[in-house]
Amino acid sequence: MELSVNGSKTYCYTGGKPFDADQPTVVFIHGVLNDHSVWILQSRYLAHHGWNVLAVDLPGHCRSSGQAPSSVEEAADFIAALLDAAGVQRAALVGHSWGSLIALEAASRLQERVSHLVLVGTAFPMKVSQALLDSSLNEPMKALTMVNVFSRSTLAPPPSALGPGTWVYGASLALGRRVLASNTAVNVFHRGFKACDSYANGEAAIQAISCPVLFVLGAQDQMTQPRAAQPLISAAHNSGKTVQVASLPVGHHQMTEAPDATLFAIRDFLKS
Amino acid sequence: MPGYSDPGFDTLALHAGAAPDPATGARAVPIHLTTSFVFESSDHAASLFNLERAGHVYSRISNPTNAVLEQRISALEGGIGAIATASGQAALHLSIATLMGAGSHIVASTALYGGSQNLLHYTMRRFGIETTFVKPGDLDGWRAAVRPNTKLFFGETVGNPGLDVLDIEAVSAIAHEAGVPLLVDSTLTSPWLIKPFEHGADLVYHSATKFLSGHGTVIGGLVVDGGSFNWDQSGKFTELTEAYDGFHNMVFSEESTVGAFLLRARREGLRDFGACMSPHTAWLILQGIETLPLRMARHMSNTEKVVAFLASHPLVARVGHPMLESHASHALAQKLLPRGAGSVFSFDIRGSRTQGKAFVETLKVFSHLANVGDCRSLVIHPASTTHFRMSDDALAGAGITQGTIRLSIGLEDPDDLIDDLKRALKAAGNLEKAGA
Repeated sequence: MELSVNGSKTYCYTGGKPFDADQPTVVFIHGVLNDHSVWILQSRYLAHHGWNVLAVDLPGHCRSSGQAPSSVEEAADFIAALLDAAGVQRAALVGHSWGSLIALEAASRLQERVSHLVLVGTAFPMKVSQALLDSSLNEPMKALTMVNVFSRSTLAPPPSALGPGTWVYGASLALGRRVLASNTAVNVFHRGFKACDSYANGEAAIQAISCPVLFVLGAQDQMTQPRAAQPLISAAHNSGKTVQVASLPVGHHQMTEAPDATLFAIRDFLKS
Repeated sequence: MPGYSDPGFDTLALHAGAAPDPATGARAVPIHLTTSFVFESSDHAASLFNLERAGHVYSRISNPTNAVLEQRISALEGGIGAIATASGQAALHLSIATLMGAGSHIVASTALYGGSQNLLHYTMRRFGIETTFVKPGDLDGWRAAVRPNTKLFFGETVGNPGLDVLDIEAVSAIAHEAGVPLLVDSTLTSPWLIKPFEHGADLVYHSATKFLSGHGTVIGGLVVDGGSFNWDQSGKFTELTEAYDGFHNMVFSEESTVGAFLLRARREGLRDFGACMSPHTAWLILQGIETLPLRMARHMSNTEKVVAFLASHPLVARVGHPMLESHASHALAQKLLPRGAGSVFSFDIRGSRTQGKAFVETLKVFSHLANVGDCRSLVIHPASTTHFRMSDDALAGAGITQGTIRLSIGLEDPDDLIDDLKRALKAAGNLEKAGA
């Protein structure tokens, strides 16, 4: 469905079900050079199992207009505005990679309005090498290939998004190219990476959240290695949060390399 | 640099889509000869039917062995996914039927396999889909043929059997100006010789019966989506961009930003038309693909030697292979097909049709049959077989005469192939001396 957020057209995939304000809501937030479609399976399942789903295209990405966020904080403000625009008082936030930082920051700002926080493929700090930052700006196709290689752990993923016969490695490359091409004003690749790299409020944010948090990590993740999530996990534990960690035997694209395991981790956590 | 995580073509040909079977440890891909797959629960069943979870339901729609093949060809082509079909013709039909209905129009190359020309010129027309045929190199012709209801451009990487090389970059640019995708039949080249997506094609299909299988054992097809065409932006494909009440009111282009075509092709086309591939066939094609790089290299080296022999033989009027400077597509082939323009080509014997017949019937190593891309060398007379339904004008458009002989060069010792051709040409020459 389309919403007007901050005066700009914003697209949210609702999982094939109409939005129902009486149901609990879960917001899915994608990472750099992704869009709502990376969550197809998880979002469609939840939409047919009692949840409102808002799998958003961030501003300036694919079907959403507006200025692409240049910082995690700016994107978190957008998520707050999105909930207002949808008339949602309380929601679970699920974010992947860059989206996990956006979800985290939004949860810290929205406090009781966030019921659950799920951080998939997260790290803090989420530093991006200068070489990759430069490459994303100057040679985006080369950088996209590099990121895709780092994000994958197998040449033989199980049946995944789009169903059997999908070559998820190629699908990710194609999606990255499409997202990059969708914004002719700004290089959303570089802008997204820059936002990840410069985000400094992670530990403070996780200490400030008022909801339980689930970490869904890929044991073979080379983009956000599991050990890079430890500062957030420790900070959450140390500040008395309810913390769950799901370690999956996959790389950075948990949603496509382990679609069922990722779904079950999220589903079971949302039931808690 | 390709490394473990960024494998090259030869590695993908062996490993893409396949890992040791977690249930048994089997290293080779198991053949899943089963019609159906047990549901864990009613909820699991409902979730699979509604595309909330990925998995197999019924082998007409998907099958684990076929899925490995589909991933493998996608990896080799640089696509996002594929669908295995009962034949190459089924792959072409599935592509067309997914993208359009009655009242639509296709612009296609004149240099097509006879079966494809037949499908477009006669059969699809009966279902309300018209085709305008354009010489593959006539770029103005491609542009001029576009109508408001045009939905697809279609050509072969190298046209059968004249080997007119399709200028994929130029033709795809015209297609995209018109807001339609370019579908390319890459059967004769395989991804080892060219990856059409890298040059602008949007969809690629194969008769996997040919080089991918490579052993002349099974019939099968594969259609691969490059994930590059923006169906929403085009505005011409409501089949993909508006709710489809035949499948959960799904809007395929919302469901998947890059995979709308494959979603509808599988969920409608395979489901309703049912031209699926047997898992046993998929397994045999996988066996073939594992050695595709090795075979293609040998196909090409043998072809170079045979072409050189024929080009210098006094009884041969013309050899139609782009490796020769005399071929109209020589320059384009050098650019698009640096490893070679395939091992299927035609040549003309000087003299009568009777001599041509004697030539074919004298061959012993070459098999006289209707196929190409086998590991064995093959020969056929197109005008009386593969292209026999075409008029003389249409034949001429495809670069075929009554005296044209088509060869498919296999993997035998090249000296044996040349000896065989030498004997057959001598037999044809003796007829000329005898006044036949």
